[in-house]
Amino acid sequence: MTPDAAAWDALRLSLWVAVWATVLAIPLALWVAWLLARREFWGKSLLNAAVHLPLVLPPVVTGYLLLMAFGRTAPLGRALDAIGLQLAFHWSGAVLAAMIMGFPLMVRAMRLAIEAVDPKLEDAAASLGASRASVFGRVTLPLILPGILAGTVMGFAKAMGEFGATITFVANIPGQTQTLPSAIWSALQIPGGEGQAVIMVVMASTVAIAAVLLSELLARRVAARIAGA
Amino acid sequence: MTLSLSLSHRFADFALDIALEAGPGITALFGRSGAGKTTVINAVGGLLRPDSGIISVDGEVLLDTARGIFIPPHKRRLGTVFQDARLFPHLNVAQNLMFGARYAPKGSVGPELSDVVTLLGLEDLQTRAPATLSGGQKQRVALGRALLSHPRMLLMDEPLASLDAPRKQEILPFLERLRDGPLGLPILYVSHAVDEIARLADRLVLIQNGQIQAQGPLFEVMSNPAAVPLLGVREAGAVIEADVIAHGADGISTLRISAGEIELPGVQAPIGARVRLRVLAQDVILSLTRPEGLSSVNVLPVRIEDIHPGDGPGAAIALRAGNDRLLARVTARAVVELGLSRGMQCFAILKATTVAPGSIGR
Repeated sequence: MTPDAAAWDALRLSLWVAVWATVLAIPLALWVAWLLARREFWGKSLLNAAVHLPLVLPPVVTGYLLLMAFGRTAPLGRALDAIGLQLAFHWSGAVLAAMIMGFPLMVRAMRLAIEAVDPKLEDAAASLGASRASVFGRVTLPLILPGILAGTVMGFAKAMGEFGATITFVANIPGQTQTLPSAIWSALQIPGGEGQAVIMVVMASTVAIAAVLLSELLARRVAARIAGA
Repeated sequence: MTLSLSLSHRFADFALDIALEAGPGITALFGRSGAGKTTVINAVGGLLRPDSGIISVDGEVLLDTARGIFIPPHKRRLGTVFQDARLFPHLNVAQNLMFGARYAPKGSVGPELSDVVTLLGLEDLQTRAPATLSGGQKQRVALGRALLSHPRMLLMDEPLASLDAPRKQEILPFLERLRDGPLGLPILYVSHAVDEIARLADRLVLIQNGQIQAQGPLFEVMSNPAAVPLLGVREAGAVIEADVIAHGADGISTLRISAGEIELPGVQAPIGARVRLRVLAQDVILSLTRPEGLSSVNVLPVRIEDIHPGDGPGAAIALRAGNDRLLARVTARAVVELGLSRGMQCFAILKATTVAPGSIGR
């Protein structure tokens, strides 16, 4: 038995959504990770809680909250609609849902990497004449790069697997918003659909396992690198 | 090249309040842990903003809290060598050195990579990762990296404190070369080890609880009886210069000091070299008459210049021996029993073991 067109469509859309979600989330996740690792400010624990909220909320609740915020009748949704950006029931909404669900994992990995960098090394670089931008580019970034990559892989894997928030926010329209998990769920709803479901389960598992293995490998590299201090 | 600073900074448990100048040569800042030495170094380097103060290098203001001037560390051109070498773990030795060279201002005068590699003996370490280096090797690389950034001055914060004695001996000659070599780079050197300071410093500033207790040329401060409690009774003692004039076949060398000749074992320096001797105050014995039949032959005629009673049972005696000043530590009871007084002529017996090989340099 071979994958049918719907299965390929779902895989393609899932990869597309996950890549967008991850790429867009990296800078924001890095910034938030930096704030949490290095800065003291009012509301820090509030920010920390907010970042982790998607991990503990039922995904369907997150999806419903997104629908309330970005639905066509919601103020924010209407504003975005006016500039031609529709999120609800559109693949771009799936990107937003995947971003939010993967965000805590990305921030966590990046924050750990930043916390492992000794600020004294950055002081040493500054004493040699490196500006703040140079210190970040030549010392901090190379040291946390494996952590950034690990967080990115985790965020990507989470985005690939996201189901509850996605189906609530953007529904399950084949070829438009039907991601791999949604397609598996749909296949299981129709008699005789198990065959395609199994094929898609293999697809999803392969991507997920590859991502986790890659993340492990990168995590080990960050540990080895920073132990060198 | 002169650094001037005047700083006040309040911590939870003490207040730092210090003003000093550091010119050419090595200016050592000595004090126990927590005396405020590192705060001074960090303020000069720009890694700490003191509550108030002024810091300038040759008239260029680096910090003036009253006028709101704060030059960030990377624009100060002061190389810092930290106690923990702080090599970049993702770069090998050569790349760490080049990191310093990258930020040397264009056209600035200073050592090139090859000079530093030769000076510090880094030839065989170029491709090594910092994690594989010994503590002494790391410090040499850190020193080279700082030199290559062509600083106007070098700040050294306990650079030898985390090294064991053999590793210290490995680094000290390099620091002496730096002091005496053609670079002539001024160094602000923070330490709580009297032996390092006795060997390296030209000027000495003693700090206690955030305040300067004494400062001046090394030879003067070390022979100041008032400095004994600050340096510690076991560590206190004068530093004098001597010329090596002969090496005996039995391993005993003859050295000339201004008050005469003395004999010491374990002198490594060649004939004709000028070395520093550290004469510990507790290793100097006083006698009213020229002693006979002693196992030590190092007997010098001296005149008592000052008697400084301590808090405990001891007293510090400042002695004039030729052009040099020595320090002896005797008991307060001995002062009374021998009738020691200012201006008195007597004899100082220096134990032959007075000078550890490591205390001799230059």
